[in-house]
Amino acid sequence: MSSVHDWTPNNPVKENRSGLIGKPVDRYEGPLKVTGTAPYAYEVQPPSPPAYGVMVGAAIAAGRITGVDIAEAEATPGVLVVWTHLNAPPQAPRGTKAHPRSSAGSRPALESDRIFFFGQPVALVVGETLEAATAGAHRVKLTYAADTPDVDFRASLDRAVSPSGEEDIEVGDFVRGFTSSPIQVDETWETPIQNHCQMEPCASTVWFEGEKCIAHTSIQMVKPAQHGLAETLGLPRDDVHLLTRYIGGGFGGKGQTYDDLILAALAAKALGRPVKVAYTRQQMMHGTIHRPATVMQVRLGAEKDGRLNAFSMMTWTHCHREGNFTEHASNFARALYAAPNRLTGHRLVKLDLPGAGPMRAPGEASGTLALECAMDELAEKLGLDPVELRIRNEPETDPENGRPFSMRQLVRCLREGAQQFGWDRRLPTPGLVREGRWLVGMGMATAIRGNFLLPAKCSFTVDADGVITVRQGMTDIGTGTYTVLAQIAAETLGVPLGHVKVEIGDSEFPPAPGSGGQFGAATAGSAALAAGQNLRTAIAELATGDEASPLFGGRPVDVTFQDGVIAIENRSETLASLISRAAPEGLTVEGEIKPAQDAREWSQQTYGGHYCEVGVDPVTGEVRVRRMLGVFAAGRILNAKTARSQLTGGMIWGIGSALTEGNAVDTRYGSLINQDLAQYLAPVQADIGDLDAIMLDEVDDKANPMGVKGVGELGNSGAGAAVANAIYNACGVRVRDYPITPDKLLAGLIAKGL
Amino acid sequence: MRAFTYERAGDAKAAVKAAASTPGARFIAGGTNLLDLMKLEIETPAHLIDVSRLNMATIEATLDGGLRIGAATSNSTVAADPQVRARYPVLSQAIVAGGSPQLRNKASVGGNLLQRTRCAYFYDTSKPCNKRAPRTGCSALEGLNRNAAIFGATDHCIATHTSDMAVALTALGANVETLMPSGQSRTLPMLVLHRLPGETPEIETCLETGELITAVVLPPPPPGGQIYRKVRDRASYAGGLASVAVAGRQVALGMVAHKPWRASAVETALASGASPAEAIAVELEGASPLGRNDFKLPLVARLAAAAISEANGRGA
Ligand SMILES: Cc1cc2nc3c(=O)[nH]c(=O)nc-3n(C[C@H](O)[C@H](O)[C@H](O)COP(=O)(O)OP(=O)(O)OC[C@H]3O[C@@H](n4cnc5c(N)ncnc54)[C@H](O)[C@@H]3O)c2cc1C
Ligand code: SF4
Repeated sequence: MSSVHDWTPNNPVKENRSGLIGKPVDRYEGPLKVTGTAPYAYEVQPPSPPAYGVMVGAAIAAGRITGVDIAEAEATPGVLVVWTHLNAPPQAPRGTKAHPRSSAGSRPALESDRIFFFGQPVALVVGETLEAATAGAHRVKLTYAADTPDVDFRASLDRAVSPSGEEDIEVGDFVRGFTSSPIQVDETWETPIQNHCQMEPCASTVWFEGEKCIAHTSIQMVKPAQHGLAETLGLPRDDVHLLTRYIGGGFGGKGQTYDDLILAALAAKALGRPVKVAYTRQQMMHGTIHRPATVMQVRLGAEKDGRLNAFSMMTWTHCHREGNFTEHASNFARALYAAPNRLTGHRLVKLDLPGAGPMRAPGEASGTLALECAMDELAEKLGLDPVELRIRNEPETDPENGRPFSMRQLVRCLREGAQQFGWDRRLPTPGLVREGRWLVGMGMATAIRGNFLLPAKCSFTVDADGVITVRQGMTDIGTGTYTVLAQIAAETLGVPLGHVKVEIGDSEFPPAPGSGGQFGAATAGSAALAAGQNLRTAIAELATGDEASPLFGGRPVDVTFQDGVIAIENRSETLASLISRAAPEGLTVEGEIKPAQDAREWSQQTYGGHYCEVGVDPVTGEVRVRRMLGVFAAGRILNAKTARSQLTGGMIWGIGSALTEGNAVDTRYGSLINQDLAQYLAPVQADIGDLDAIMLDEVDDKANPMGVKGVGELGNSGAGAAVANAIYNACGVRVRDYPITPDKLLAGLIAKGL
Repeated sequence: MRAFTYERAGDAKAAVKAAASTPGARFIAGGTNLLDLMKLEIETPAHLIDVSRLNMATIEATLDGGLRIGAATSNSTVAADPQVRARYPVLSQAIVAGGSPQLRNKASVGGNLLQRTRCAYFYDTSKPCNKRAPRTGCSALEGLNRNAAIFGATDHCIATHTSDMAVALTALGANVETLMPSGQSRTLPMLVLHRLPGETPEIETCLETGELITAVVLPPPPPGGQIYRKVRDRASYAGGLASVAVAGRQVALGMVAHKPWRASAVETALASGASPAEAIAVELEGASPLGRNDFKLPLVARLAAAAISEANGRGA
């Protein structure tokens, strides 16, 4: 049985002899990105001139297409092909898995006359130019028989049921514990639909080389995209070569493929030439998944000393009629605070809205906006400092299942944050600090996010120049994967960073699960470490067995790797000289990581504490974040710069969730009101103020052989709650319906007589 | 986008002549509004006449002590102009409260005045909208209309005018100079340039088809302090929920009506000795909110009272 104890022996990442691990190394692909020369999927140069496809979205949310008139679209100059469900090429029925081990089934586009959500792609126009195709797309005329869309989440809470296969989890007797508690909080919070708003919309460039389909697309996970496309087209999986080299943000929204990929492939096949298809910014809002809205009830029952007796968090949320995604906003709370009586669960209602799906820190991002504010309310009722309240409820072991924590430095994060931020200057009574126009307040919140490890492989090649090439079916969605893989390779083989090449995002490379759930660096990196160690062994054996090598006759285990030189004590040669002589074609090995079978014996998370100072204009209800600090414990940090960027990026996400971001459903039409980036308000520079993230020293030896954990999602867990709590401290108003926009805050300010 | 033809006008006269003689012609300046609308086929001009390079981009003092700003001057240039900053700070503040630096660099004074509403239903071409498609209905009326007008709206349209610059110009009592298709020029007060929606919200100004804005003329600044305050959902790069421009005792409100709203009731009340809060309360008696935008009443009341007090504390 594989065990986390197998990871105990020393390895080059732990030894970190050249100090590359953790170093704030610049982005591997940074120069390409800042010079605009990184070819994103839509910009890939195909071997011959491409045609351009533009999709048309449904104008209703539920019903059928009853009439199709494409004559004018077809007659538009430059238009090559116009497809609707009536004339689209045949595709395998939805869900088909001709190959039983495919990681995704068929996902046909333009499948039928049925409309499942507003904006669903219902036609494709391919033209000689993007302009011609766009003009043609405007000329496609469809008529519909619309059903009344069932889209009103708040009006549907009564019909929400437990997600299939899930039950509420109760420990002890929550109701008894709650009712017998002298101090209680029972409040409900609401969060809106959020859109991912990646800088790069979903896009694909596809062509065929003989029978083989070459598909460049923007996707977080390579294998399911490759398999899903092959299944849809009815091709053997090896006949689809899927590439995703540069990705302009994913955030969970590109964990699945969309119709751009399928339609580009179908059109490339039909036209016999490369085809590019991209979603427009407007189409992204409805055409791809979103974070669903939630209603969250938190009940806390405490003793007068602050210890929790009873804790409950129930979440209501929604997903698409045909879907089964649940925003598990209550889950994280199961591992957070001690309380003998606990009740958590979810209720799900299916609606005629576009697909709900994961978005950066699914669950935590929404859930902390409720629980961490409830804790703030409890602290106030108790007359206790919010930091102290959390420390008093710090559990010894996982409060739900009693498992030991692999590593839990939450209290250290909170204490360190309080000290660095100057938390002692916070006045517990709200509304007392004024600076000019602004009422100023401070708030804090806990961050927590699970840590995961998935199976992955990786290959390392050393060539005759002593250059190491890392190959992995991994993705870099802007997080820094290229960079940390290069660091791990350089450190493991003892070569300078400049002697490492990283090639990822390719279905023909050893598979890795991709980017998501903040498992990317730990998973891909651990496979890379394994490959690197295997290559060390192979090189050591090659050298010690090669009569021409000064290392000949030595023991492979004694070989050291540093500065591109291999040595056994004073006997040495360069890696390049060995390989060019003894293996001039290069040497390639694979490595692999698998989750340890006993890993679940530990409760494993990443942690942090957020501290925030805001100004509230009591006249207008405007809020400005003045400064914010997060202190995080997330295992060994591979790259201080890219990790910090992930964490601060997450914190900014939290600020957006607290103050500006959200989309509302027009229940008459089943559509979202904000359809571009001028209307959907993600934070801008001026919203952020002074922002910093600090990472504590940590190595979690139960996580993986490197002791690293994820940071990509931790930063936005709790961040928004710290903002909301700071608003309360500034002005004494609690808004429990996110985002906290001026209109909502103003109502509270007026009610308070401010 | 529909196919269109394009010409760069040689001078203002040629521009209006071309506009008068070419069916479906439109002027284009920075293009920051028009091109977005063309991409969505909300606007479908057959011919564009580029007026951004006409000789209309100067800022010069007028004989009466005012300032004449050419219509092709970029928003950034106006905001940064030393004379504007020294004597018309409300205008400078209003411009920098709008859009982003990139937009302001490209946007012209004329285009800014004629920018179209940001009503979300106007942009979503799958929805009825009287302004975009006359007599199809107004989706906002019973829709998500949090940012709708509180003054002068009708059941035909409840959208607001979203220019910040125009609010300051209205408070300053600016005039707009134009060249008509006939070759005649005329001068229009800001107050009459934009229309209320009535039954024809698609008609937004009193300009004739093909009439070119050539300049904006500011009278000498009124005595008293000046200030522009805009409330928005994020700190920058967002349309306003409400704004107020104060120039001494002249006050205009933004994002509350289909046009920049000169708060004449406020001015009258102030003149007869009312406090800023009392004065704005009189103005708001004429407001008719719709439910989701009710918050604009207290918001405008508080914002305007604070801004008037601050401006007059500073200067008057
Ligand atoms: C994302 C975004 C956010 C924005 N936020 C704000 C904001 O917060 N505040 C704000 O005030 N504005 C905002 N704007 C609007 C911006 O100010 C306008 O787009 C800009 O001022 C228009 O100027 P332009 O020169 O680009 O006009 P164009 O787009 O070239 O033209 C706009 C209209 O004016 C007409 N026109 C142009 N010049 C003349 C002329 N001389 N005579 C007659 N007609 C003319 C054109 O025919 C067209 O109908 C925003 C715009 C965008 C895209
Ligand atoms: S408010 Fe005006 S612009 Fe908005 S939908 Fe109604 S008619 Fe159209």
